[in-house]
Amino acid sequence: MTATGVGSTEPGRSAGPGFAGARAGIGATLRQELIGLGGIVERNVYLTKRYFLWDLAFMVWTIANTLTIVFIARAVPNATAAEVNKYETVFLVGATIWAFLGIIFEFMTETVAWERWEGTIEYTFMAPLSRFVHLFGQGAFAVLYGLIRATILFFAVAALIGIHAPQANYGAALALLALASLSFIGIGIMTSVLPLISPEKGAQLGFVAQGLMLVVSGVYYPVSVMPEWMQWIAKISPATYALRGCRASIIDGTGLQWADVWPLLIIAVVATPLGLAIFRRGERHAKRHGKLKRSG
Amino acid sequence: MTTFAAPHTTRPSIRRVPAVEVRDLRKEFRRRDRRAGRFARRRMPALNDVTFTIERGECVAILGQNGSGKSTLVRLLSTLLINDGGDAKIFGHDAFRESRAIRRLVNRVSVEASFFKKMSASENLSYAARFYGMPPSQTRTAIPEILERVGFPADRRTESMENLSRGMQQKVALARALLTSPVLLLLDEPTTGLDPRSKLEVQDFIRTVRATHDATILLCTHDMAEAEALADRVGLLDRGELLFLEPVADVKRRYGVRTLEEAFLAATGRVFEQEENEDDEYREVFG
Repeated sequence: MTATGVGSTEPGRSAGPGFAGARAGIGATLRQELIGLGGIVERNVYLTKRYFLWDLAFMVWTIANTLTIVFIARAVPNATAAEVNKYETVFLVGATIWAFLGIIFEFMTETVAWERWEGTIEYTFMAPLSRFVHLFGQGAFAVLYGLIRATILFFAVAALIGIHAPQANYGAALALLALASLSFIGIGIMTSVLPLISPEKGAQLGFVAQGLMLVVSGVYYPVSVMPEWMQWIAKISPATYALRGCRASIIDGTGLQWADVWPLLIIAVVATPLGLAIFRRGERHAKRHGKLKRSG
Repeated sequence: MTTFAAPHTTRPSIRRVPAVEVRDLRKEFRRRDRRAGRFARRRMPALNDVTFTIERGECVAILGQNGSGKSTLVRLLSTLLINDGGDAKIFGHDAFRESRAIRRLVNRVSVEASFFKKMSASENLSYAARFYGMPPSQTRTAIPEILERVGFPADRRTESMENLSRGMQQKVALARALLTSPVLLLLDEPTTGLDPRSKLEVQDFIRTVRATHDATILLCTHDMAEAEALADRVGLLDRGELLFLEPVADVKRRYGVRTLEEAFLAATGRVFEQEENEDDEYREVFG
């Protein structure tokens, strides 16, 4: 066996002379980062396969939980059948996005917590993979997995209790959710730092952040029913635009609305670098105080 | 502070830059001090002005009791901790400012095997290799090969890690470290807790790696026989201070003793197995 180390032992060595060398260097780095991103997804696929029965049980629980919310629509007094169907859809979209967000926040927050529990965190953090790719890979898998679960949840509940959405524009709803996911990943990266700073309470604080975001975003009600100060917070929550846009697409069949798209784009552009910067500070703090390894 | 440099080499061309250069390296942790008040904290040195050099291709063992600072040293060199003073260079790269470059050169085996327990040996190695830029086309052949080399049975490659013995898991940990062809291998008590047979197998494999792989090895252990058998030079880390780092024969000559245990007694005034004090226990928790 010979050493074919992944890096040069020479400090400051480049891939070659001049611009061509720099391009080759960038190309090699990009390739390695993409392979690393694939590794994150690959690992999560393995784990999802191994925990399939847990996932199945969780799916049944989520469907049951969603039904308890959607049935509230049938208890609305003096509502016509069409109105009940509309309320059911409003609740179902809210519950589905809650479940989708829950998956993203769970994956992101447990980026650190889960690896610390398994004992692999030090090996991941000493690997030559950029933190952005590491966290974005985790987020990308969460979005993919969350979208599959959200789709199953939506159609399972709709089929179980007979919700009709004849005008639904599912393509627009999915596109908006995918766009909102960029912001959710950014905010998820911010919350994933919590277990680094507080190994004992960090993961729970991530769930608190998820709950607060949905409360102010009008998960089962219009934003307008909330106190004014909460409505102001709703403006900077990506879930507000995801919920509003998805409801409009599924109930009224509208396409992508620019009024929902531009706030999501701005929040994504701000949230991802901000989340990364916060995570880097948290990582530095953990490395300075020896908190990377501590269990709890 | 004492400097412990490696003996002069006759091959200057490949030894232009030392594999590891540590100078006045210092690390301390803050701990709660209940005696001084509910929220009081005090600083606890884990490494105190440690200086040494390891040349490329050398195998150096650092001996020390639990809590002596061995694991803190390994974590500092593998970019998992940030220093509080001094500096460390790995093949000329600053360990605290060029961590990205360091990570390509270094891999580590720790006392705990540390794997996703529901995943198999092959799956754990596969995703770990991706982080080092190894694509599936490469790992498809490299993983079975490396597992065979460490003596891991082929029919257990797809079995969950949680069903494997500690010795088996440690072999997979060695395979994971070597899969990425590190030029600096940090072994942090790789045989602690293993049964005698597994221990010998792992030690044999470390010898094989030395003979066939262009790697520099830093072995941290509290097994004096293991250090003597595997390393070119042996160092003693005691309560964060490096007391010596030289060939075993020189250590014995320096203290006029026959064994490393006696050298430890002569250097520290304590027997090696002696119970640590409360501060040592604390260092161990953070180490």
